[in-house]
Amino acid sequence: MNEHLQSIVQAFQERFGASTYEFRGEISLILRPEHIVAACQSLRDEHHFELLVEETAVDYWPEQTPRFHLVYRLRSLKHNLILGLRVPLDGNSPTAPSITSVYANANWFERELWDLFGIHFDGHPDLRRILMPYDWVGHPLRKDYPLGYEEVQFSFNFDEINVRKPYAQE
Amino acid sequence: MTTETEITLTPVSLDEIKHLISERAIQGETVLLNMGPQHPSTHGVLRLLLELDGEEVVNCIPDVGFLHTGIEKNMEAKTYEKAAVMTDRLDYLNNLGNNLAYCMAIEKLADLDVPPRAQAIRVILTELQRISSHLVWLGTHALDMAAMSVFLYCFREREIILDIFEMCSGQRMMTTFFRPGGLWRDVPADFEAAVRKFIKLFPERVNEYERLLTKNPLFLRRTKGIGVLKPETALQYGVTGPMLRASGIAHDLRKAQPYSGYDQYDFDIPTFTDGDTYARYLVRVEEMRQSLRIVEQALNKLPLGPVRSNNRKYVPPPRSEIGVSMEALIHHFKLWTEGFTPPKGSVYVGVESPRGELGVYLESDGGPKPYRVHWRTPSFTNMQILPIIAKGHLVADLVVLIGTVDIVLGDVDR
Repeated sequence: MNEHLQSIVQAFQERFGASTYEFRGEISLILRPEHIVAACQSLRDEHHFELLVEETAVDYWPEQTPRFHLVYRLRSLKHNLILGLRVPLDGNSPTAPSITSVYANANWFERELWDLFGIHFDGHPDLRRILMPYDWVGHPLRKDYPLGYEEVQFSFNFDEINVRKPYAQE
Repeated sequence: MTTETEITLTPVSLDEIKHLISERAIQGETVLLNMGPQHPSTHGVLRLLLELDGEEVVNCIPDVGFLHTGIEKNMEAKTYEKAAVMTDRLDYLNNLGNNLAYCMAIEKLADLDVPPRAQAIRVILTELQRISSHLVWLGTHALDMAAMSVFLYCFREREIILDIFEMCSGQRMMTTFFRPGGLWRDVPADFEAAVRKFIKLFPERVNEYERLLTKNPLFLRRTKGIGVLKPETALQYGVTGPMLRASGIAHDLRKAQPYSGYDQYDFDIPTFTDGDTYARYLVRVEEMRQSLRIVEQALNKLPLGPVRSNNRKYVPPPRSEIGVSMEALIHHFKLWTEGFTPPKGSVYVGVESPRGELGVYLESDGGPKPYRVHWRTPSFTNMQILPIIAKGHLVADLVVLIGTVDIVLGDVDR
């Protein structure tokens, strides 16, 4: 691993008590939710991580503690580095602080997370659904949300399935 | 036809978007106007809610998601190989680039090698794809400004590139030509001649487009000083790709973190400092020339050899082996029924797509299906800049600005 990145990781381990996750040469810091805004602020202003590359989540259902992991990825153009952050969240309807005040493009990423995972972000300026229709019920990327399918109709059960098929109304 | 469940639609109230529009809209001094989702200049199905003061855009609120197909959810339900087919459908102008990002993520996850010949062919094809994507952009961008002939010329050249893709994979657009560990199969014998013909013909064609547009006074007046994006705003909004380079920041993943052997080729990153629509036009036109340089170099030193990895735990054996080797038959059977099982872990791979950084976050739980796939698509991130650069411009310029961001709605909505 790059020495510069190593020193940043060490500083964060001391400052926020973060643990690390390393796989295939990529390193991620595991932070507590209350530290994420301060950590992002420090990474942007002191360590030149100018770009928020992505913000996403992973659902570990039926696990409850933690059920979700928020995944952030920051890129430094000056030092040509990439760093991941992971924030474990407990429970079925978790809340995390929004980082839109630090990285403006987190706005849509967090809207997407609210839409597809049902993770609420405190301090977000515009937390509405973004990809699903505005009156949609449920959060589709959760693991306990069914994928949905169409029942195959054969001649022996054609009428039975036809009755409950959601045809458009006249 | 009657059904038991009654579908009720709750209307959207103004309260939901009250914080996004100005006080004057509520007073009735400015007009709220819908642009799209069915509007020819929105390049797909994009709805913009505009707040207009006369013809001036006060606020622009993009509404995306009309093309949402749940690709991330669907990929979780398929094996790694089957899910590869869906990657083509994300950004339908950069199919091979999406394949590349996905395959590279699997290769990183599984620590899978890719033979040099496959790497070189991947570079040639993705660079051709970049040219074809920029051609579609240039054609439609000029068409938005009523320059019809550029559109026809661009699509003429794009067709040659799509013919090359068809020759390799049998498909013009949805190729799925790149597979984990290499390519689906080697390129046909007449591939090199076809690409050489294109290399010979294309530089003069780019000059032709430039003769039509670069010094055209009408084009200059529609693009110069329109939608100026400052470098610090671009970074704050995570803008990547030609838009960032037109604002003066020379960031290109092909140079910064070379993949697929891009470090072997000699090419420049075109950068301009104006940050307006005209600078973005110049960057993309110059990128077509640079891509052609890469294609030529890669073709000149195209190595011979296999195009798929020999790791039989991930790559199915060739047909000739199946008849003579019991192991090959077992691997064939296992790979096409259960699929391969990469180790537990998560990786992120970013590649430079024609629109910016295209990233794949792939997490595996050790099973044959991806546990989580997230597509960090450049259009989705770049799209957020539209309300910022559109502010204060005329509605007619907004059409140009949608073009200059170069969004592909399949990429935005996934």
